[in-house]
Amino acid sequence: MSPPPDAAVPDAAHVVRVSGVTKVFRLGKMEVQALQGIDLRIARGEYLSIMGPSGSGKSTLFNMIGGLDKPTTGKVFIDEVDIAQLDAYELAWLRCRKIGYIFQTFNIIPVMTALENVTLPMIFAGMNADAAVQKGLRLLEQVGLGDRHSHKPSELSGGQQQRVAIARALANDPAIILADEPTGNLDLTTGEEIIQLLKRLSAERRVTVISATHDFKMLNVSDRVVWIRDGRIDRIEDREQLSITIGRIGTRS
Amino acid sequence: MATQAWSALSGNRRRIGRQVVLPFGKSVEIAYRSLRVRFLRSLITTLSLVLAVSFFSYNAVGNDIADGLLASGRPEFRQRLIRAGYEIQADAPRIERGAKQRWVLILSLLVCTVGILNAQLMAVTERFREIGTMKCLGALDRFVLRLFLLEAAMMGLVGSVSGAAIGALLALAAGFLRFGVAAVTFLPLAAAALSLISAAGIGLALSLLGVLYPAWVAARMQPVEAMRVET
Ligand SMILES: Nc1ncnc2c1ncn2[C@@H]1O[C@H](COP(=O)(O)OP(=O)(O)O)[C@@H](O)[C@H]1O
Ligand SMILES: [Mg+2]
Repeated sequence: MSPPPDAAVPDAAHVVRVSGVTKVFRLGKMEVQALQGIDLRIARGEYLSIMGPSGSGKSTLFNMIGGLDKPTTGKVFIDEVDIAQLDAYELAWLRCRKIGYIFQTFNIIPVMTALENVTLPMIFAGMNADAAVQKGLRLLEQVGLGDRHSHKPSELSGGQQQRVAIARALANDPAIILADEPTGNLDLTTGEEIIQLLKRLSAERRVTVISATHDFKMLNVSDRVVWIRDGRIDRIEDREQLSITIGRIGTRS
Repeated sequence: MATQAWSALSGNRRRIGRQVVLPFGKSVEIAYRSLRVRFLRSLITTLSLVLAVSFFSYNAVGNDIADGLLASGRPEFRQRLIRAGYEIQADAPRIERGAKQRWVLILSLLVCTVGILNAQLMAVTERFREIGTMKCLGALDRFVLRLFLLEAAMMGLVGSVSGAAIGALLALAAGFLRFGVAAVTFLPLAAAALSLISAAGIGLALSLLGVLYPAWVAARMQPVEAMRVET
């Protein structure tokens, strides 16, 4: 794992810190322990994959880190700021400018064109319309959709929609990209392309990528992989250990 | 309060800002586009309003026409008005606004409001993922609230104005058929204008009333809904 650029400042080194996070869902009398105490530090610029079988709590953890849901106990810090302390305006700011979200179901707004989807976060951030359009076109260019900017989502394939989502996630130059099963609804080849694109753009822009997935293709590009199981961290592997794991998977399949 | 704590912690570098409120014009633009791309659905929601408002306006302008004829002082109109079913007290300068007519009107407006409420609730449910996604992109609750209110106001304005106009034209046509040109020539313009304005105003108000609860539901929605993968 390459050391983060500002490792000398311990305070700023970790863009995300998860401390003792648990989450209990109550369904009537039933209680589901989705997360049972997660501790995690994520360095700036890191490409981190959260791996685990379906139902292991990946999305729940993702929602906690993204400030989309609140932990039952424990804390999540973004840039050493406890996000439970934020008011509605600060949370919206965080979601708008600090974090870019990528979803399994793409979540491109169906009534807007590709370009309008990409410019929306910039409009929310208060950028003027012309500048937003310029930047939006540039971003679509970078994800390989320069000629598709006026297409509606219904006129785009799944892979193209996910490219729009990546451009949209990068709109306000976030520090973190959160992706929940970004390849979950894509075929193998398209999934591979999306992973490579995400890897390339995040490296160019030094964006921290946190991706929940059970797609082993993600292993190749990850700096670190957190394996979770039943709401607990099973083990954390970095690059060197990973190559062994990949080898093992490679021989198995 | 919390913000100051971090500023202290991290020197003067403020790490979390506050989201800006979207300018009103921008919200109007987004609401307008949202309506336009959902043209058919918007049209159907608006149509129930057009019906109710035109019914209201038809009645109100019809009464104005009858008032005008009565005020003309010509006895043959009084006879024909009574034969046409208008209630007229002896020596009264205006025709009677019957309680029954009023109830039918109130009921039709009520039905219309419930219809709008229903249509808007469905629209919110349909757009749950879209709203959730917008919140993930930095939309404030008040933006979502404003978006739905603006959409309703635009539909309400178009529906009420056209409903009022349609109702008035129908009333004029009916008056013309029954009483000839006199229906138009004796029409008290100020009263008719007032009828039109109040029909349109009531329509707009009902349209907003019907969207209040759905808009509140939409604004309160948690962004985590955007993540749900339905199976
Ligand atoms: N909103 C919810 N209400 C109740 N249970 C939930 C909810 N979200 C997740 N769960 C439960 O929490 C566990 C972890 O779910 P999730 O985080 O979605 O797993 P993954 O993303 O790894 O597939 C599962 O048992 C799931 O059923
Ligand atoms: Mg999941």
